[in-house]
Amino acid sequence: MNSPATTAIEPLPTVKPDRLPLMLLPVLALVALPLIGSASTWVTLTFAGLAMGMIIFIIASGLTLVFGLMDVLNFGHGVFITLGAFMATSVLGLMTGWTTSTSLLLNLVAVLAAMLVAMSVAGGVGSVFERVIIRPVYGQPLKQILITMGGMIVGEELIKVVWGPEARPLLLPTAFQGSILMGDAAVEKYRLISVVLGLIVFAIMTWVLTHTKVGLLIRAGVHDREMVESLGYRIRRLFIGVFVVGSALAGLGGVMWGLYQQSVTPQLGSQVNVLLFIVIIIGGMGSVTGCFIGAMLVGLLANYTGFLVPKVALFSNILLMVIVLLWRPEGLYPVGKK
Amino acid sequence: MSEPLLQLQGVHTHIGAYHILQGVDLTVPKGELTVLLGRNGAGKTTTLRTIMGLWQVSAGSVTFEGENIGLLATPDIAQRGIAYVPENMGIFSDLTVAENMILAARNAKRAEDIDPKRLEWVFGLFPAMKRFWQHPAGLLSGGQKQMLAVARAIVEPRKLLLIDEPSKGLAPAIIQNMITAFQELKRTDTTILLVEQNFNFARQLGDQVAVMDGGQIVHSGAMADLAGDEGLQQRLLGLSLASHQ
Repeated sequence: MNSPATTAIEPLPTVKPDRLPLMLLPVLALVALPLIGSASTWVTLTFAGLAMGMIIFIIASGLTLVFGLMDVLNFGHGVFITLGAFMATSVLGLMTGWTTSTSLLLNLVAVLAAMLVAMSVAGGVGSVFERVIIRPVYGQPLKQILITMGGMIVGEELIKVVWGPEARPLLLPTAFQGSILMGDAAVEKYRLISVVLGLIVFAIMTWVLTHTKVGLLIRAGVHDREMVESLGYRIRRLFIGVFVVGSALAGLGGVMWGLYQQSVTPQLGSQVNVLLFIVIIIGGMGSVTGCFIGAMLVGLLANYTGFLVPKVALFSNILLMVIVLLWRPEGLYPVGKK
Repeated sequence: MSEPLLQLQGVHTHIGAYHILQGVDLTVPKGELTVLLGRNGAGKTTTLRTIMGLWQVSAGSVTFEGENIGLLATPDIAQRGIAYVPENMGIFSDLTVAENMILAARNAKRAEDIDPKRLEWVFGLFPAMKRFWQHPAGLLSGGQKQMLAVARAIVEPRKLLLIDEPSKGLAPAIIQNMITAFQELKRTDTTILLVEQNFNFARQLGDQVAVMDGGQIVHSGAMADLAGDEGLQQRLLGLSLASHQ
């Protein structure tokens, strides 16, 4: 066996991993500490911010991949959040005996059942949404925006038809209520659970993306879908799979958001929608890691400013997006699309 | 000339309002290397992309092993054993060299699933791929990326390789390496359709040649005939071989 290209071996340039965006999280938290003044309040707010960020990440991760793979701007993503949350009100409503029990196991089973049903229904509706709403407008961004917004409105109205227009309570199961003390700081149990669940979803997603062939295809497709097709893979099937999983995750996020707020309204999805787009733009559209950091930044900043300067909290996310885009116009972790 | 593996007959391709291919007739014989030459904008890249299904055929037929593949989707065409190395190399820069190769080996889920003998053969052609196996492809030099692009196309046996300007932007030493690698590939009877503008590169490899101009094939025949006829070169390509030596 000869080695014709031997002379072409040259050393690779050393490029350090880009950790600057990661540093934003501890920097933001440390800057907030002296401004807040009280360490216990800071701990409480930080956990609240991380919990909120994790829920936003779970919801937004599918949205960013959907855009990355097919350049599809789905403004209807919010409807899956609302659907998930309302499904949870129905499932947990049927399991009141389990949620009001003092048994952690029964509480867990009830919440897990609600999450599974919400994810299944949101995923199923997602596949119909992709087929009916998204597929006819591939490659037509303006039409995508209009028709997915229309889909969102229709979905919201259908939810009102099924569950009614009023807000519905979504109470935490007994064992999830209350706080635990960390020194002087009280941290709500549910926020801790949200942080853990968010980390689990992030870890699974990262593992799938880096250790499986489907994950490789998704990463490659986000970069250059034409080349993936030239290698013999059907990117549309992959996209449908990602869309369905993304919708299911939005459904899961809806359950978590509803439990976080302890109430659900038909407008929940459209309210969260804006936040989702801020997060995926901050993170770099198509980047899961960027989406994760963007969601954490948004969650922390919303809680810190909500405590320190409540009026600023109303637009803190927009401000954050402007600052990030001035620094990195394509987001924290731009995806090198072809 | 051996039996044809790929035949284009009267192929027209429109891109938006532009009529790029205007009746291309091209035959690629089995087991030979056919070079597609022509100036910028002659339609060479469009021809490869049309064969690959990346641009839709407006009229005419693309026949591969007797089957009209002109209306098939790109993945279906690739699954019939056609590999494509685009002009921009199509490297997934965020993935490692290994991950790029795993994607190219369609049945492989991990690097261990790639046929080890085949992989060693590829490493023999392009040793840099072995050395930088676990490195992000985005960090490779231009020449190494080109090697990865070709390595990816041959990591599994393919019936036909479509390669678009592999010498473009490469240093002379790297081009010589690529020529040696392609000569080794030719010894395995791989059928190759190579788009080139570098005539010196092309004449060292080509068995057959086709010259494009204005979206049509204006000349086709044996490479040896074109390489030995400076007048023909000047007429078709506007160059003399001496200027490329």
